[in-house]
Amino acid sequence: MSRKIVVTGIGATTPLGGDAQSTWQALLAGESGISTLDKPWIEKYEVPVTFAGQAKVPASEILTPQEAKRLDPSSQFALIAAREAWADAGKPDVAPERLAVEFATGIGGVWTLLDAFDTLKERGPRRVLPMTVPMLMPNGPAAAIGMDIAARGGVRTAVSACASSTEAIANALDRLLSGSVDVVVAGGCEAAIHPLPISAFAAMHALSKKNDSPAQASRPYDVNRDGFVMGEGGAALVLETEEHAIARGAKIYAELVGGAVTSDAHHITAPDPEGTGAARAVLAALKQANASIEDVVHINAHATSTPVGDIAEYTALKRVFGEQLKNIIVSATKASTGHLLGGAGAVEAIFTVLALQNRLAPPTINLDNQDPEIPLDVATSPRELPDGPILAISNSFGFGGHNAVVVFRSYEG
Amino acid sequence: MALSQSEVLAGLAEIVNDETGIAADAVALEKSFVDDLDIDSISMMTIVVNAEDKFGVKIPDEEVKNLITVGDAVDFIVGAQG
Repeated sequence: MSRKIVVTGIGATTPLGGDAQSTWQALLAGESGISTLDKPWIEKYEVPVTFAGQAKVPASEILTPQEAKRLDPSSQFALIAAREAWADAGKPDVAPERLAVEFATGIGGVWTLLDAFDTLKERGPRRVLPMTVPMLMPNGPAAAIGMDIAARGGVRTAVSACASSTEAIANALDRLLSGSVDVVVAGGCEAAIHPLPISAFAAMHALSKKNDSPAQASRPYDVNRDGFVMGEGGAALVLETEEHAIARGAKIYAELVGGAVTSDAHHITAPDPEGTGAARAVLAALKQANASIEDVVHINAHATSTPVGDIAEYTALKRVFGEQLKNIIVSATKASTGHLLGGAGAVEAIFTVLALQNRLAPPTINLDNQDPEIPLDVATSPRELPDGPILAISNSFGFGGHNAVVVFRSYEG
Repeated sequence: MALSQSEVLAGLAEIVNDETGIAADAVALEKSFVDDLDIDSISMMTIVVNAEDKFGVKIPDEEVKNLITVGDAVDFIVGAQG
């Protein structure tokens, strides 16, 4: 008997909202979470990019000061999103040994690391806080969640840059299908709106420099796109076997039917212009879903708004879907959220799940003049998806040549 | 000017509250950091460093293990002040 895996809880804290539903509503309303940064370090270091997508609700408004003190901002977002997802799933009664966490980050505790180095330089080694190591380690967010929900079935962290949290969801699917656990909290987070990562991404010309129009800066597929916009936050999904979910009477959002990871081995940052690695990931995920290309009605694209990346993804999709691509409604939601790096895939997985559940593809804002080289059917306002069993995919690609794809199916019971 | 025992206790209670959330009035002289206040070694080291800053004293690492109760720490700080 083939085992079905379902989504029973969602949680998010993003530039659009402090929880999953308010994020979704802001997305449908066509809002932008991007604004000018009001930080002294912008001027102090003459940071070349002066805007980003900051979390709409600061973590300090949710966590106690003592919780926040022991967690890097990335872990704070992770814990907030995971607690929401866990509560949304009805706090499943599951044996701790049958509960796992797959929670990703692209960069890890970069604020903690750099703050600690400042302390070392200014005040000496004795003033470096003893919590520095557990706060900066990339598995910190996953470990914090694992302790919070008493997950003893394994706590792991995928680190594959901007593909990280989609890879984490694919890993969760593997674990659930293997039968080794019944429930997994999966997702990802990032908190890298710090002068160093901004300067570093700007140095590689990856970031938009539209300092005068931050809300219009993230514009996937538009002819005037000039780079991605950094965002911060986290998102989590509670995934479990259908059997387990039904036995406890859980509400079910959608079915997770496929997840695949491939690698380009082409260039450390540039995507393979032929898109073969990305195409292989989509095909492998569809194969696992036992689906054909005609079943796919919606794609939440990676689409970061970089000149090269958006075209490379289109090329990969064209390879996979051919003429069928014109029948698929595409959403590029980073236009509203910015790019949450290691948290992006999890946010977009939630959007994909909600799109299926609500039969509604979310809008892509800022698409004023669509690049003629990317003739996709892009939703610029919320678009209805068809009735009956439908399939949607979410793509994530990362520096290092990482490609990760997950496939969800509408849940028909 | 050196601070009195009660002034050091009040200051230390503030540091403990800030680090752990334990109510300042629960930080009494006879309380053990580990057994009564449930303070772990990582929080203890942070409290020590913050106390050094606040009271302008040096608390050597080898001394920390002897500071079992809040009173032990207060006495040490009072004695170490210039």
